[in-house]
Amino acid sequence: MRSLHQFHGGIHPPSHKAQSTLLGIAPVPLPAKLIVPFHQHAGEAAKPVVQVGSRVLKGQIIGLPDGHISSAVHAPTSGTVSAIGMHPVAHPSGLPNLCATLIPDGREQWEQHRRFDYRTRNASELQQQLRLAGIVGLGGAAFPSDIKLRIGRRQVDTLILNAAECEPYITCDDMLIRERAAEIVKGAEMLRFIVDAREVLIGIEDNKPEAIAAMQRAVKDEGMPFEVVTIPTIYPGGGAKQLIRVLTGLEVPSGTLPPDIGVQSFNVATTYSVYRALAHGEPLLSRIVTVTGNVRQARNYEALIGTPIDELVALGEALPDTNGYIMGGPMMGLPLPEVRVPVVKATNCVIAASEKLFPLQFPAMPCIRCTRCVEVCPAELQPQDLYWFSRAREFGKAQAFSLFDCIECGACSYVCPSHIPLVQYFRFAKSEIHAREKDKQAADSARERHEYHTFRIEREKREKAEKLAAKEKAAFAAKSGTAETQPQHVPSDLEKSREHIREIAQSAVEHTEEGAPK
Amino acid sequence: MLFSPYISKQDTVARIMFKVLLALIPGIALYVWYYGPAILVSITLASITALGTEALMLRLRNRPVIPFLRDNSALLTAWLLALSIPPLAPWWLVVVGTAFCIAVAKHLYGGLGNNLFNPAMVGYAVLIISFPLQMTQWIAPHGLGQTGLGYLDQLEYIFLGALPSGLTLDAVTMATPLDTLKTHLHMDQTVSQILDMPIYGRLAGNGSEFVSCGYLLGGLYLLAKRIISWHIPVSYLGTLFVAASIFHLVDPAHYVTPLFHWFSGAAMLGAFFILTDPVSSPTTNTGRLIFAAGAGLITFLIRAYGSFPDGIAFATLLMNICVPLIVLYTQPKVFGKKDIP
Repeated sequence: MRSLHQFHGGIHPPSHKAQSTLLGIAPVPLPAKLIVPFHQHAGEAAKPVVQVGSRVLKGQIIGLPDGHISSAVHAPTSGTVSAIGMHPVAHPSGLPNLCATLIPDGREQWEQHRRFDYRTRNASELQQQLRLAGIVGLGGAAFPSDIKLRIGRRQVDTLILNAAECEPYITCDDMLIRERAAEIVKGAEMLRFIVDAREVLIGIEDNKPEAIAAMQRAVKDEGMPFEVVTIPTIYPGGGAKQLIRVLTGLEVPSGTLPPDIGVQSFNVATTYSVYRALAHGEPLLSRIVTVTGNVRQARNYEALIGTPIDELVALGEALPDTNGYIMGGPMMGLPLPEVRVPVVKATNCVIAASEKLFPLQFPAMPCIRCTRCVEVCPAELQPQDLYWFSRAREFGKAQAFSLFDCIECGACSYVCPSHIPLVQYFRFAKSEIHAREKDKQAADSARERHEYHTFRIEREKREKAEKLAAKEKAAFAAKSGTAETQPQHVPSDLEKSREHIREIAQSAVEHTEEGAPK
Repeated sequence: MLFSPYISKQDTVARIMFKVLLALIPGIALYVWYYGPAILVSITLASITALGTEALMLRLRNRPVIPFLRDNSALLTAWLLALSIPPLAPWWLVVVGTAFCIAVAKHLYGGLGNNLFNPAMVGYAVLIISFPLQMTQWIAPHGLGQTGLGYLDQLEYIFLGALPSGLTLDAVTMATPLDTLKTHLHMDQTVSQILDMPIYGRLAGNGSEFVSCGYLLGGLYLLAKRIISWHIPVSYLGTLFVAASIFHLVDPAHYVTPLFHWFSGAAMLGAFFILTDPVSSPTTNTGRLIFAAGAGLITFLIRAYGSFPDGIAFATLLMNICVPLIVLYTQPKVFGKKDIP
């Protein structure tokens, strides 16, 4: 038995997971249209490479990765691109984003694809394959996986599969493991080979016994020396840094990445899509989404990327008193502006909300410094101080008190007896600081531009004056023939102003000549 | 449904404060048992004054009145102050003290959550400095006074200042065990001689030692409910114990036992209810240990050498001043910014 470690704090919210695990994963009938955003991942948006009216095949790239951190976007089925334009999406900003609308033809015609031999191809080819297959982290952050596989400064000893799934309501990873553990294990072996890890640990929270059993069986059947580790159920135990701490006892130093301490972690669903991308050459076209909450039948669905959320909601049969929808879990999920938004790679769960499930928050009271937030903070911060600084807009102090080590898990808000939306304050402070840095950069470059402009004008003036002086000196020398022995001629103010007038006149002439008809 | 998280624990400031009030009940019950119901009158008076002052100040500050009146924090301040002043104190003493707590120590600093000092202790300090005579006329416990004072007699005295004919105030009140100890030590008596007096019981004052036990019981309830952490009570009582032990071992004739210190005066009330006020105590665990240790030491010094019989209030206020500094210098290392062996 591996001895487990603990991270500080954490909470035990009611899990609400059982309701969506009663039935197996079901496919979603092909929707009438799919809306595929070009920006579904962390980093730069993909660049559209199809036009309105283009006929596309299933798996065909419609957006190419653009920039260092970026990923490809594909047509989830065959059909015709009917529009490329702004469409509402699930995003914290609430702003619409560039999307391609695809009208499926129902033929599911695949673009040619075949397995990729990751054992013989070199690292950069492999990364390119994953980048073009659109593989990004499916745990929620949607960080491009190829970046995580780049060889870092340090050898990765331990590869961790994150199957903690600590947020309430969400069961997509649980069901994926129950039904497709063998593929996940195969994918894990591919990742292990790529990073050349010594050991593979698969962390699953102990509230998912079926998944643990399925994973153990698959590891045994595949004959892999992987270790399935049952970890205690505690939120946010699935946070990458928290899981690494629990499994290895190591703390990822602030401001560094897990590979710096010889660890790398991938979500199980990501691992599954890595397997599909390498073993079959299939890009990421669909994912498992939990549809739960205030619905008649909670269940997990395999949905094509781009499926409008209302199709899923209709399958789950949201109850009449539903008053909104959340994408993700109740701790960190996004409120949906409307149900026309599409399923994206990061959509792990859709929760129908109701007054009963998510009662209105108590009105916020002043902070009484009870430090319950400190007790639960997994980043070991002092949320009550960060709150104070954020509210007072003392952003420098907030940064000094490690604001940017906050993972926004929401545990502090959850326990706050004053019901202060602490995480919201921290998000505000972070975005303010980012905005100020951007402003400062803009101001700096504007100042540099201005300084250069002034410098150039000065330089031109000086050069002109020098030229003039040289000319006059030469003329004077020619006239007298005793230039060297004469004291240098210093132009008087009168001469200077004359010169200036001459310059203006000259430029006026030039200007007229340019403008004059030939 | 505006932003995450959408769920929260169904706990409120009002509920926390209510549990603290609840935890005071055993101590109050024993108080009534030994000293009669006068304390209930001063608690009621203080409560009404606190709520009235709170409402008035909220109105003046343009804050919502009802939610803040319901948070129970003013009631808690009122109860703590009432328990710190003599139950037979005239009604206006209670009213003036409570109004000062709420209006000045709480609302002039910005209301709930913003007071630098413990409001109840500010009220106590004002009263003991302004009205020292009234603040030292403690009621004699059950059966100790020359003549018992009935419930109606107590009420009559509180509101009208009149005692039943033939009784003097000196006959029904007395100094506290700590005060008596101090006076008699000044008269060159030894501790063992003094403790033979009938006002002393097994550990400390007869009667008052049981009231302290009541507070201890309530404090353990607060610990069990995780409303307070162990750091402040353990550090406070520990420091008081160690300081008292050293002096008692060196000179037992002039210094009482550490247990006497624990169970007399407001030591238990201070350890579990006053120093633990979250607003005016440090937010870091190391800070709490330092804060309470300082308060324990000051309490002992005031009791042993000061001119006031008990030192909790001044110990609390003096340490309250240090809180921002203590917090600044006891910041724990955050995740990923410490070296793990």
